Amino acid sequence: MARRIQLMILGLVALLVAAIPLMVTNPYYLNVLNIVGLNSLIVVGLNLLIGYAGQISLGHAAFYGLGAYTSGILTVTYGWSPWLALGASLLFSGIVAYIVGRPTLKLKGHYLVMATLGFNVVLNIVMVRWEEMTGGPSGLAGIPPLRIFSFSFDTDLKNYYLIWFFALAAVGASINLVDSRVGRALKAIHGSELAANTLGVNTSLYKAVVFVISAVTASLAGSLYAHYLGFISPRTFDIFFSIELVTMVIVGGMGNLWGNIFGAAFLTPLPQVLHFLEEYKDIVYGAILALMLMFVPEGIGGVISKAYTRRKMRNLLSEET
Amino acid sequence: MADQLLQFVLSGLTTGSIYALVALGFCIIHNATGIVNFTQVDFITLGGMVMYTLFRQVGVQQWIAFPLAVAAVGVVGAMVQRLAIRPARSKEVIHLIFITIGISIVLRGGIKQIWGKASMALPPLSGEEPLRFLGATVLPQSIWIFLISLAVVVALHLFFTRTTTGKAMRATASNPRAASLMGIDSNKMVMVSFLLSGAIGAVAGILIVPITTLAYDVGIMIGLKGFAGAILGGYGSFFGAIVGGLCLGVLESLGAGIVSSDYKDAIAFVILIMVLFFKPSGILGKGESTRV
Repeated sequence: MARRIQLMILGLVALLVAAIPLMVTNPYYLNVLNIVGLNSLIVVGLNLLIGYAGQISLGHAAFYGLGAYTSGILTVTYGWSPWLALGASLLFSGIVAYIVGRPTLKLKGHYLVMATLGFNVVLNIVMVRWEEMTGGPSGLAGIPPLRIFSFSFDTDLKNYYLIWFFALAAVGASINLVDSRVGRALKAIHGSELAANTLGVNTSLYKAVVFVISAVTASLAGSLYAHYLGFISPRTFDIFFSIELVTMVIVGGMGNLWGNIFGAAFLTPLPQVLHFLEEYKDIVYGAILALMLMFVPEGIGGVISKAYTRRKMRNLLSEET
Repeated sequence: MADQLLQFVLSGLTTGSIYALVALGFCIIHNATGIVNFTQVDFITLGGMVMYTLFRQVGVQQWIAFPLAVAAVGVVGAMVQRLAIRPARSKEVIHLIFITIGISIVLRGGIKQIWGKASMALPPLSGEEPLRFLGATVLPQSIWIFLISLAVVVALHLFFTRTTTGKAMRATASNPRAASLMGIDSNKMVMVSFLLSGAIGAVAGILIVPITTLAYDVGIMIGLKGFAGAILGGYGSFFGAIVGGLCLGVLESLGAGIVSSDYKDAIAFVILIMVLFFKPSGILGKGESTRV
């Protein structure tokens, strides 16, 4: 879709997002919407990696956790100001992502999957075992909220606007990135890596850059999460969450930005929605996932944009006759 | 100190044999389809669970229950392929990988439903009296693990080199199109590879459970470490899977014994990351993974 249409949709979605709290006042639902916002933020970054660099990461929960823990430890243990800690955690996650991603992204094939999966398992174990630093399995509490001068983001509603501001800003940045020099290079890589390479695109460097961007986005979401809830524990950041994040991208439609956000909005509350099934919850969740991938591999976003194109074609044809 | 080192190496070789079996399971399906099959993890658990039911609840004799459980999980493996992988509309690797993740969640949910969340135990195949070996002790179960793993490897080797089905599977792995032009039903070959890796996963599960415990999620860590072993040896190579699994077991055991047992589970994955960093084609790889 053209950038202008994308930006128009972004404007409409922003209005919708701004209006939702007028209708939804239940703090529990607001909390769910906030988590959807955080997941959307991560998924927008992950979509760049999967949709344009054609690489999968099973370690984005680790970068989410790296952001959360760096922010949490710097503010709680070392008394840094939250924004400074957030900046430091972004920088730190970026450097770690470069170190993890650069060597494996020089290779053909899905080596990044294994490196990120391993990284996630290791980081999760460190979170549990390094008790004096991370608080161990019981977690880290007392993380202060973010504040601008005397305005403190200390309620669900205030965090709602903060989180969705970042999520939609990431969408906007992503729309613009796709139409930039970097974006064109990425599209070329996605089309044919060899051809892109021949035309002078340093493919492995670009892929590493996209990986770093997506990891930093996840880290930002992690910092926001930590300052929003004030409490973090290792279980939030395990490999199962990494899997869930990639699932959101695939169920939403790979490379389809709005589809991905739809995927996040659909899958985030799904375990809660399926709660009434009690012990059958996992089975149904897994079955929905498998069946969707088996029969709707283009994802929800793919189905919608296909229907849209079909209608446009039909309109064009009927105009001609 | 030397005694202790020997002890670490021996116990490392025991778990390493299990990792090697799991790595072989990953390899067989990777060679047939190009995907990473995450249900491998649940085949391990399922092997232990079916063995538990047959042996403890039905009262079948141990040496009869063993092959029955292996066969049952093999059938589950074949069904995963037949019911989930074959009907999939997209043949893209990433879609297929995530289908196996979905099925893995379903299988784990089913296992939790049938056998519950509590931990269970299986007795070793024979005796609990440890044997002495050059100043170190070895459990009889470890000996069984070595012997049965070796038997599985030999049987697999014979299957892939001597039988028509085995040769047809290798043909499909090296060139699916050419193989199907020769009249080989590639769908069936992929199904056989799922059957085999289900059976091998079950063997690994049945063998390791008497040393660890049996619970609905016991296969996850063992499975992921087996996967790390497969990468360590050079993904896709059978010989590499065996060497990689054994090396990983020994390094993990030495690391846990000498450095810190707190980080035992992390060691395997740190090794994995280091290998990807310095020699991504694996310790036995000949640099086949083309740089682009």
